[in-house]
Amino acid sequence: SVQAHKEEENPQKTMEVNGLMPGVNSYDYDLIVIGGGSGGLAAAKEAAKYGKKVMVLDFVTPTPQGSSWGLGGTCVNVGCIPKKLMHQAALLGQALQDSRKFGWHFPEEVKHNWMTMTESVQNYIGSLNWGYRVALRDSKVTYENAYGEFVGPHTVKATNKKGIEKLYTAERFIIATGERPRYLGVPGDKEYCISSDDLFSLPYCPGKTLVVGASYVALECAGFLAGLGLDVTVMVRSILLRGFDQDMANRIGEYMKEHGVNFIREFVPIKVEQVEEGTPGILKVTAKSTTGDQIIEGEYNTVLLAIGRDPCTRKIGLDKVGVNINEKTGKIPVNDEEQTNVPYIYAVGDILQDKLELTPVAIQAGRLLVQRLYAGAATKCDYVNVPTTVFTPLEYGACGYSEETAVEKFGEENIEVYHSHFWPLEWTVPSRDNNKCYAKIICNIQDNERVIGFHILGPNAGEVTQGFAAAIKCGLTKEQLDNTVGIHPVCAEV
Amino acid sequence: GKNDYDLLVIGGGSGGLACAKEAAQFGRKVAVLDYVEPSPQGTAWGLGGTCVNVGCIPKKLMHQAALLGSALKDAQHYGWNISQPVHHTWSVMADSVQNYVKSLNWGHRVQLQEKKVKYFNIKGSFSDPHTVRGLTKAGKETVVTADNIVIATGGRPKYPTHVAGALEYGITSDDLFWLKESPGKTLPSFILYVSLECAGFLTGIGLDTTVMMRSIPLRGFDQAQMASLVTEHMESYGTKFLKRCFPTKVEKLKNNRLQVTWKNADLGTEETDSFNTIMWAVGRAPDTKTLNLEAVGVKTNSETGKIIVDASEATSVPHIYAIGDITEGRPELTPTAIAAGKLLAQRLFGQSAELMDYDNVPTTVFTPLEYGCVGLSEEAAVQRHGADNIEVYHAYYKPLEFTVAERDATQCYVKMVCLRRREQRILGLHLIGPNAGEVIQGFALGIKCGATYPQLMKTVGIHPTCAEEVTKLRITKRSGLDATVTGC
Repeated sequence: SVQAHKEEENPQKTMEVNGLMPGVNSYDYDLIVIGGGSGGLAAAKEAAKYGKKVMVLDFVTPTPQGSSWGLGGTCVNVGCIPKKLMHQAALLGQALQDSRKFGWHFPEEVKHNWMTMTESVQNYIGSLNWGYRVALRDSKVTYENAYGEFVGPHTVKATNKKGIEKLYTAERFIIATGERPRYLGVPGDKEYCISSDDLFSLPYCPGKTLVVGASYVALECAGFLAGLGLDVTVMVRSILLRGFDQDMANRIGEYMKEHGVNFIREFVPIKVEQVEEGTPGILKVTAKSTTGDQIIEGEYNTVLLAIGRDPCTRKIGLDKVGVNINEKTGKIPVNDEEQTNVPYIYAVGDILQDKLELTPVAIQAGRLLVQRLYAGAATKCDYVNVPTTVFTPLEYGACGYSEETAVEKFGEENIEVYHSHFWPLEWTVPSRDNNKCYAKIICNIQDNERVIGFHILGPNAGEVTQGFAAAIKCGLTKEQLDNTVGIHPVCAEV
Repeated sequence: GKNDYDLLVIGGGSGGLACAKEAAQFGRKVAVLDYVEPSPQGTAWGLGGTCVNVGCIPKKLMHQAALLGSALKDAQHYGWNISQPVHHTWSVMADSVQNYVKSLNWGHRVQLQEKKVKYFNIKGSFSDPHTVRGLTKAGKETVVTADNIVIATGGRPKYPTHVAGALEYGITSDDLFWLKESPGKTLPSFILYVSLECAGFLTGIGLDTTVMMRSIPLRGFDQAQMASLVTEHMESYGTKFLKRCFPTKVEKLKNNRLQVTWKNADLGTEETDSFNTIMWAVGRAPDTKTLNLEAVGVKTNSETGKIIVDASEATSVPHIYAIGDITEGRPELTPTAIAAGKLLAQRLFGQSAELMDYDNVPTTVFTPLEYGCVGLSEEAAVQRHGADNIEVYHAYYKPLEFTVAERDATQCYVKMVCLRRREQRILGLHLIGPNAGEVIQGFALGIKCGATYPQLMKTVGIHPTCAEEVTKLRITKRSGLDATVTGC
């Protein structure tokens, strides 16, 4: 039997000595999950429920700036959780302003302290990291804080922070290594710029910030930084929120502009230089127009890159086991059962090709996969009509088709778009933004006016959208929507 | 025809205005009568009915003021430098709210004008099935005739007239929202959702508030848990409760405060205390007294006084209809009144045959921690289907925003009542938490579509929200397992 459970300088040699293909009953584990994020942890805990011997390998390669974090993956550490909390901090700033009109009084100017907020947020995240470790322990899942990579069939090498290597074998593997922010590839980017990986634990206030990118990450970060009182500029190469309904995307941009966020459109940075050291220091950014020869320069305390994320699939030894990846994007193609081209190797989460990069999707996929593997279930993950929310200052919730995709797929004459502006009651007294909130549904005329797209721009968009997503899953039609009485007075009744 | 109007609507509230405007769309000649009899304390208001003037709208705005008070406390944890405690001035809030309500009154008048609906500010009463006579404030009499008449006069707060001093010294929700000065130390009495919501926001803006209740809170709502979770939260929030108590008399003291004497039903004792304001919220009575319904034979329920209607909102008299809070057996909610009013107009003038569907109407109680629900309560489901045939999924969750703010989430709870057999159709959904109304609305749609438990479980959650907890419900009450949600 293969016992590769020891420190080893040449894992290949070990395997040669003991035979290429380890015997089925002699694996160290039933399942090894590479990546302790939303998808990976959900799968691991689920497998342990069925009495399987499971190991999770999780490791965070520090950012160029040196940031790192604990168990839990992107969502918990540098994604959904800190993002929503900082978004909440910004919303509270707005609430402060509103509250005066509702009768509350306090000194004119209220300032925000970045460190207080960041400390609170990091403390909460720390409690989640801890919670995950306890949960894994309680589920009897073995956890190692080590970088996992394939070295041969059914075998991974785990390297910890101290550089110590161990080999482990398993009958099956799930790759759930997620992604990391992309860098520009221009001089000064890695030395001086930060990404979302650094922002949520930044030990000093970012000050005047340039956000490069137009993804939801870029707009959400720009949004809350502005809400906390910082001078924020967003540099956009072409369109906002690619992949989202463009009408909604533009409304979000308009709202942010009206609320003090500067936009530089159709420019990309070509150089970042340091003018002054410090926390924060001063950086000079040189940018070139995408439509001509124009060059502009600007000075900022912080440059935050949010131009996209790349899957962590290039350095985990996939070639050694023959797992195909999309060479251009790095994403892993899987079938509808999350299986790669290598039968015993599966993948879930952000690294999947043509799937949504969302925590709940990864969790759902991970759980269902494990249920199929070990509990005789047959349910596959349903990737259709997955709702999502962008937590920009004016939140945007959506489920189903964007207007353009619906037109493309069904033809303009076959869809009907119902829409309405609305004014949240809570905004009336403080006289806020009369005509900005907006909702629209897209219906398929030929299919009984079935609702195929739902979009809402307004406060608590996520809370509103969730239920509508459930209704769309049930085949909601316009008539059924019309027959449902509204709750009054809430935004959702629109 | 020989009548002045095709449609006369008595009552310019949610139902009445919706019906009138819809009828006008069909090119009909429509008139609306609206009149507000001042409250015993002398409060009156403009066009728009209860919801706009003394209901949903000012209630939600004052609820928002209270929520903002909590937000101010939270803000410190999120890094905003505000020194606590922060003070609230009633008159600033009341001014803002009252101004907004007045803008709505104005808006309604403009709308009626634009739609060419004739508006009379008169108090109407029937002289015959097609004739209504009314007096203006100045005492001038007007007579209006119509082919069809819709009664939508709504309700007004009841007074416990058997309690000495109740009428002279107490106020109701009719007065609370129009007070110019702070109500100070307030006692709403008895428990209805109206009472809990007011007590909630009064506490939230810093007033010393006590709720006196004779028996159970939130009668008519889920008692299996939801009602007590709501009151539990209010207690930890600072509202005082005098449970199983009922008042016997109210007297005015020399310093202008009010002394209330009450009996404690459990202890059999009698107690007193003094308050600045006493607010009665002991129920609402249909506003039919001055309509002279007997003259035309419109039948009402002898116990409640509400007008009896059939599924098409028709009363016992041909061509006379009734909608809204005044009708027997209907939910007392603005959106149902509006929907019923519109559908009625469409049936009368628009060749439609569609009846109002009163099933699965969602609603929300805007207490400090909001409670939203749609469908059956747990006990109603048990009664209808038997405990063995239903499954209750539930969870205690913690809203992400409460974490950094160090807020107690003990009562944040969601439960779904489903049929146990076959497709496991969802019978009822209940949620306590922030923005409960926003969460429940979409799910109400799902339930309208016959949503089942498996369908809901196939719906992917939006992260991080409170609403996603509904899609994550796995633990049943039957299992007895701990239903606290832990982590992602």
